[in-house]
Amino acid sequence: MKTKKKEAQSAVAGRPGDSNAIQVWKDGDTTTRLSYFVFGLGNLVNKQIVRGLLFLIMEIAYLAYLFSFGIGALGNFMTLGTVEQGQVYNEALGIYEYSTGDNSMLCLLYGVITIVLTAAILFIAYMSAKSAYCTQKRKEKGQHIPSFMDDLRSLKEENLHAFLLAMPIIGIICFTIVPLIFMILIAFTSYDHEHQPPGNLFSWVGLDNFKAMFSQGSALASTFWPVLTWTLIWAVVATVSCYILGLLLAILINRKGTRGKGFWRFMFVLSVAVPQFVTLLSMRTIFNANGPVNVLLREIGLIGATESIPFFTNSLYAKITIICINIWIGVPFTMLSTTGILQNIPAELYEAAKIDGANSATIFWKITLPYMLFIMTPNLITSFTGNINNFNVIFLLSGGGPDSLEYYYAGKTDLLVTWLYRLTITQKDYNLGAVIGILVFIILAVLSLTTYRRTGSYKDEGAFQ
Amino acid sequence: MKTKKFITNTACHILLAVLSVIWVLPIFYVILTSFRKEGGSYKSYIWPRGFTFDNYINLFNGNSSINFTRWFTNTFVIAIFSTILSAFFVLCVSYVMSRLRFKMRKKFMNIALILGMFPGFMSMIAVYYILKGLGLLETGVLKQISLVLVYSGGAGLGFYMAKGFFDTIPKSIDEAAYIDGATKWDTFIRITIPLSKPIITYTLITTFMGPWVDYIFAKVIMGNETPYYTIAIGLWTMLEQEFVEYYYTQFYAGCVIISIPIAILFLMTQKCYVEGVSGAVKG
Repeated sequence: MKTKKKEAQSAVAGRPGDSNAIQVWKDGDTTTRLSYFVFGLGNLVNKQIVRGLLFLIMEIAYLAYLFSFGIGALGNFMTLGTVEQGQVYNEALGIYEYSTGDNSMLCLLYGVITIVLTAAILFIAYMSAKSAYCTQKRKEKGQHIPSFMDDLRSLKEENLHAFLLAMPIIGIICFTIVPLIFMILIAFTSYDHEHQPPGNLFSWVGLDNFKAMFSQGSALASTFWPVLTWTLIWAVVATVSCYILGLLLAILINRKGTRGKGFWRFMFVLSVAVPQFVTLLSMRTIFNANGPVNVLLREIGLIGATESIPFFTNSLYAKITIICINIWIGVPFTMLSTTGILQNIPAELYEAAKIDGANSATIFWKITLPYMLFIMTPNLITSFTGNINNFNVIFLLSGGGPDSLEYYYAGKTDLLVTWLYRLTITQKDYNLGAVIGILVFIILAVLSLTTYRRTGSYKDEGAFQ
Repeated sequence: MKTKKFITNTACHILLAVLSVIWVLPIFYVILTSFRKEGGSYKSYIWPRGFTFDNYINLFNGNSSINFTRWFTNTFVIAIFSTILSAFFVLCVSYVMSRLRFKMRKKFMNIALILGMFPGFMSMIAVYYILKGLGLLETGVLKQISLVLVYSGGAGLGFYMAKGFFDTIPKSIDEAAYIDGATKWDTFIRITIPLSKPIITYTLITTFMGPWVDYIFAKVIMGNETPYYTIAIGLWTMLEQEFVEYYYTQFYAGCVIISIPIAILFLMTQKCYVEGVSGAVKG
C-alpha cells in the first residue's frame, strides 16, 4: 500500500501528465510519436492491451464514420446543399411529385456534428500520444506500468474528476454547445421565412444579417435600438427596484420592535411559493381590460362604468404595470435571500452609529446598503443578467404587446429575448433571431465579465476554506 | 421617547399589514375564483354570486382536449426522471469544481459562465432539430423522453450553488479521511454527500419543480400533442380564446391544485436554502 502511494507521488512529481502536445512530440520516441496517428500504439506495445484497444477502436469508429458519411457531410456543410427540391411530373399517376432536394438545415446540422466529432478525435489523438508518452517515461524510469485494473482504480483517485465529469460534459456538449454552435452559424446564413428547408435552400451570406440589423433607417435597425433601450431600462429598473424594496422589507421585518416576524415573513413567502407562471397568468387576467382591477376601479368610481385602464394595451401603462408586477414577484424573493445576511451585520456597527447620533435613513445608506452590496454583488449581477433574459415575465404578462407597426414584428414591451422568440417561432426568421441571440450574449458578456471578475468572491474563492 | 417608539412601531406594523394585504390579495382572488359557481370568463363584479366545488371535480373528469389528470401524471413522471438525472449531474460537477484540482478546472468554470450568458432558448431551435434528427420526436412518449433530456442535459452548468456549499465543508475532514486510507471517491460518497443533505434536498426540489413551471421548452417540443402536455402548457391552453369562456374558473382551480404541493415543496427548500447558503459544518 505504502509503496504504491510513493510511486503515485513520484509519478506526479515527474509530471509527464502535464506536458502539452508539442512537448510530447519533442520528447517522445518513435512509438509515442506514431501514437498520434495510430491511437493506442504506445500502450499496445507496452502490454496495456485494453487501454490501447480502446483508443484504437475509437479511431477506427471515427474513420468509419468519416468515410461513410463525414466527408460528404463536410462537403454539404460548405455549400449548404446544391440541389433544390423540385417538382417532377409522374406520368403514370398523372400528378406532380416532389423530388427530394438537399435540406440546407440538415447539411448545416450534420456539418456541425462532424466538426465536433473531429475536434473530439483530435483531443483523443492527443490523449493517446500523452498516454504513450507517460508509459514511455515510466518505462525509462523503471516504474510499474499501470495495468487496466490500475487505470480503473485511478478513476476513484487521481482521475476522479474525469470519471465524475464525463456524463455531465457529454450532456452539456449535446444540449448546449452543439446547439449553440449551430445557432451561431445560422446568424451567417439566409435562413429566413423565404428560405425554409426542405422547400428552399439557404446559403452562407457572411455578415449581411448583422449589417441589416445596424444599417441606418431599415425596419430592423429602427426596431433593434428601441427594443435594446427598453431591455436595458427594464433590467436596471427591475433589478434595482426589487433589490432596494426587498431589502427595506427585510429590514422592516427584522427590526427590533416588530412582533410576529415569522408570520409577516410567511405572508410574503406565500407569493414566492406559488409557481411563477401561475402568478403571471393570473396577474394577466387580473389586469385584463375587464379583469377585477378595472372592475374594482369602476365600482369605486375612479373610472366610468364602461371605461377601463389599458394596463397592457397602452405602451407606457404596459411598461409600468409590468415593472410593478415584477416588484410584486421579486420583492419577497430578495427579502428571503437578504434576511440571513442582514442578521450577520455586526451589531457594533449599529451601536456606534447610534452613539454618533445617526438616524435610521443615514444608517441604511451608510452601513446596511454598503455592507449588503459588498456581499451580494455577484447575486445582483446574476439577477441583472436574469432580467435581461427575463422571458417569462414579459411573454406571459403582455406577450410583448402592444404591437407596433413601426417595429419589425415586435411590440412595445418586447425585450430582446421575446423578440428573438417572435422572430424564430412566429416569423421563422431564424437568421435574425440568431443575430439577436449573439448580440444579447455580447452585451451580457461585456457587462458581467468585467464586473464579475472584480468581485471578491471570484478573486479568492478559497477564502472561507 | 417611549411614545415616539410606540408610534414608529405601530406605523411599521400598519405598513406591514397593508403590504401583506397587497401581497396576499391576488392569491386570495385566485382561490376565490376557483370556487366560483358561475361559468364564463370575466365578470363585472368581484365577489362570486355562488360557490361550488364543481370546478375541481370537473377538472378530473377530463375530456380529450382538456385532460388535467393526464397532464398531471405526465408532469410528475417527467419531473421525477429529470430530477434524478440533473441532480446527479449537478452534484458531480460541483463536487469536482469544489474539491478536485486539475488542469482544465478554471477553464471549465469560465466556459460555464460564458455559456450561461447565451439566452436559454436561443439553442432551443437547434435542440429541437437535433432531437428530430435523432428521431426522438416521432411519438408522444419519445417526446416526453426528449423533454427529460432537454431539462437535464445542460444541468451540469448550474453548479454554482452546490459548489459554494461544498466549499464551506472544511478540507480538514477530507484530509483526515485520506490519512485513514480513503480514496477520493470514498470521501465523496461517504463523507461529502452525507454532510450535504441541505444542498442535496435543495437541488432535488428545485429541479423537481422545474418541469411544473416551464412553459416554453415544453411547448416547443410537444407542439400540438395535447395528451402529452405538461401542466404548464395545459393551463396556458385553457386560457386560449376557444377555451377561456368555458374553462376560466377551472383554470383557477387547476392553478390552486398545482400550487399547493409546489408551495409546500418550496417552503421546504427555504430551510435547506438558508442552511445551504450559510454553510455546512461550522468549523
